[in-house]
Amino acid sequence: MNIEIANVSVAIQSRRIIEDVSLHIQPGQIVGLVGPNGSGKSTLLRTVYRMLKPEAGYVRLGGDDVWKLSARESARRSGVVVQEAPSDFEFTVREVVQMGRTPHKDALSLDTQTDTALVHAALERVEMTGFDERLFSTLSGGEKQRVLIARVLAQQPKLLILDEPTNHLDVHHQLEILELVRSLGITTLITLHDLNLSATYCDYLYVIANGGIAAEGSPEATLTRALIQQVFRVDVIHTKHPSRDCLHLVFMPLTDDRHDEPPPQP
Amino acid sequence: MKAQPTPRVARRWLLLFGLVFVLLAAVVLAVVIGPVPIPYDMVVRIIVSKVVPNAISVDWTPVQEQIVWMFRLPRALLAVLVGAALSVSGTALQALVRNPLADPYTFGISSGASVGAVLVITLAAGVATGFTLSGAAFIGALITTIIVYIIAQQGGQVTPGRLILAGVAISYALSAITTYLVLRASSPGSNSAAVALSWLAGSLGAAKWEQLGIPGFILLATTVLLMLQSRQLNALLAGDETAASLGVSIQRFRLQLFVLTSLLIGTVVAISGAIGFVGLMIPHIVRFLVGADHRRVLPIAALLGAVYLVMVDIIARTLIAPSELPVGIVTAAVGGPFFLWMLWQRRLTGVLR
Repeated sequence: MNIEIANVSVAIQSRRIIEDVSLHIQPGQIVGLVGPNGSGKSTLLRTVYRMLKPEAGYVRLGGDDVWKLSARESARRSGVVVQEAPSDFEFTVREVVQMGRTPHKDALSLDTQTDTALVHAALERVEMTGFDERLFSTLSGGEKQRVLIARVLAQQPKLLILDEPTNHLDVHHQLEILELVRSLGITTLITLHDLNLSATYCDYLYVIANGGIAAEGSPEATLTRALIQQVFRVDVIHTKHPSRDCLHLVFMPLTDDRHDEPPPQP
Repeated sequence: MKAQPTPRVARRWLLLFGLVFVLLAAVVLAVVIGPVPIPYDMVVRIIVSKVVPNAISVDWTPVQEQIVWMFRLPRALLAVLVGAALSVSGTALQALVRNPLADPYTFGISSGASVGAVLVITLAAGVATGFTLSGAAFIGALITTIIVYIIAQQGGQVTPGRLILAGVAISYALSAITTYLVLRASSPGSNSAAVALSWLAGSLGAAKWEQLGIPGFILLATTVLLMLQSRQLNALLAGDETAASLGVSIQRFRLQLFVLTSLLIGTVVAISGAIGFVGLMIPHIVRFLVGADHRRVLPIAALLGAVYLVMVDIIARTLIAPSELPVGIVTAAVGGPFFLWMLWQRRLTGVLR
């Protein structure tokens, strides 16, 4: 599916949050959005899953502006895992995953064997088989995240949108979730706080700062020392990931003479 | 994967049909019990003879027929309608604002109805027939609903928090007006304060056949519409962002839910007065039993709400006979301790999920 995000601008209560941003997303790629808190990453994602209407520019999924599509049709093209406070109403794991079928069902249609099979397969894919009847609220953080990914798999979207999927997870579960996302082979738009995770798991990065794109490209080309100093206000040493062929960054506070002397390299 | 009926699914169907049977039995019981006891088989035969004329030879007196057909049956059926309506609208409103404490009265709807009714009772005591009373209550509920929704809006968006705050604030303001009207009316030689107070506590005593048609139709239409949108209601419980990402037009859906439930509540409150507790607690009891999925919660809530109010009305009529307790007092007095007991018995949670 063709994904076009072009010249998008967003204002919330007349404050400009996103200014003229265009993203190019190649099918099958994992595209990361990184940037400091408040840079507008999540706001940009919200325009893609039709929660926010951009005041200029457009988001097109499969050639159609998402705001010209029905909410349902848009939800058949993109699926989302957001960070949202859980409600006091208790659903079972199966019911949560079944929600993924919502955009595919008419008011009168009952769950078919296809739906049941998709829900089962999604749970299997995230290795949560057997948890069907557990209450979602009783799961651990990593299990919850996997169930939410199962829900989005049952939704069968062409584009996967993940907003900080590794938040509040321990390091084991952070890697587990991202390995899972990597293995799905679905075009993915993801926001991440951890630059090393973004360097390891993303094919292409956009660095968002002050509502605009500060840099874009492969992780190696994007996360330069100058950019990290300027956008993230920390100093950095570039190293190679010891076992994987990718960038690894070591951060430290900025010092006043930062522009005069390069930091000691190992 | 072939879907086999599991014991859990079988138990849910058993619960559904069991409740239908219990409801029928409760309605017959409500018609049997009273100052003049009428045997249950006679009750059934009178009802059948009314529904299918000439099917059964008459072996009862015209008085017995009148008691069954003109008084007790419409009252029992009104209890069915009001109980189901409050319970269904409570379920929908809790999903609408994603708050387990929401009920038909959180949004000022009943306070608005109360002001309308009490105005008529205290200022126009002589002309306060059942219909002007219901009309005034309904108009009060309607105006309040519109005001609450307008206040809760901000830039075309209605958020759950603003809706609750607007509803609660208006509710308090309207309660103050109601209290003032009742106090002002309480003078020696006038019973309008007592009439107003008993209306406020809720009563099913004024039930007439003519009053059942419109609420019955609205209840049926609303319940069916809500059930058709069970998936969207479920998605809404998962959060606004999630619901939007699952293809729910949240703002439009919220407005539609609010209009539907307000209409339903306004209609039944206008006839029965402000009966509390049912709309708040029955949805929770149902979720205890069958989980949060609205495809199961809505029909079970409608049935259980109906059964509950029919039973409670029997108690309200008989406990201090020949006088009657306002049914709203009994719903809370019986239901409160029962609900606390259920909370205590956490093992009840999810037996039929």
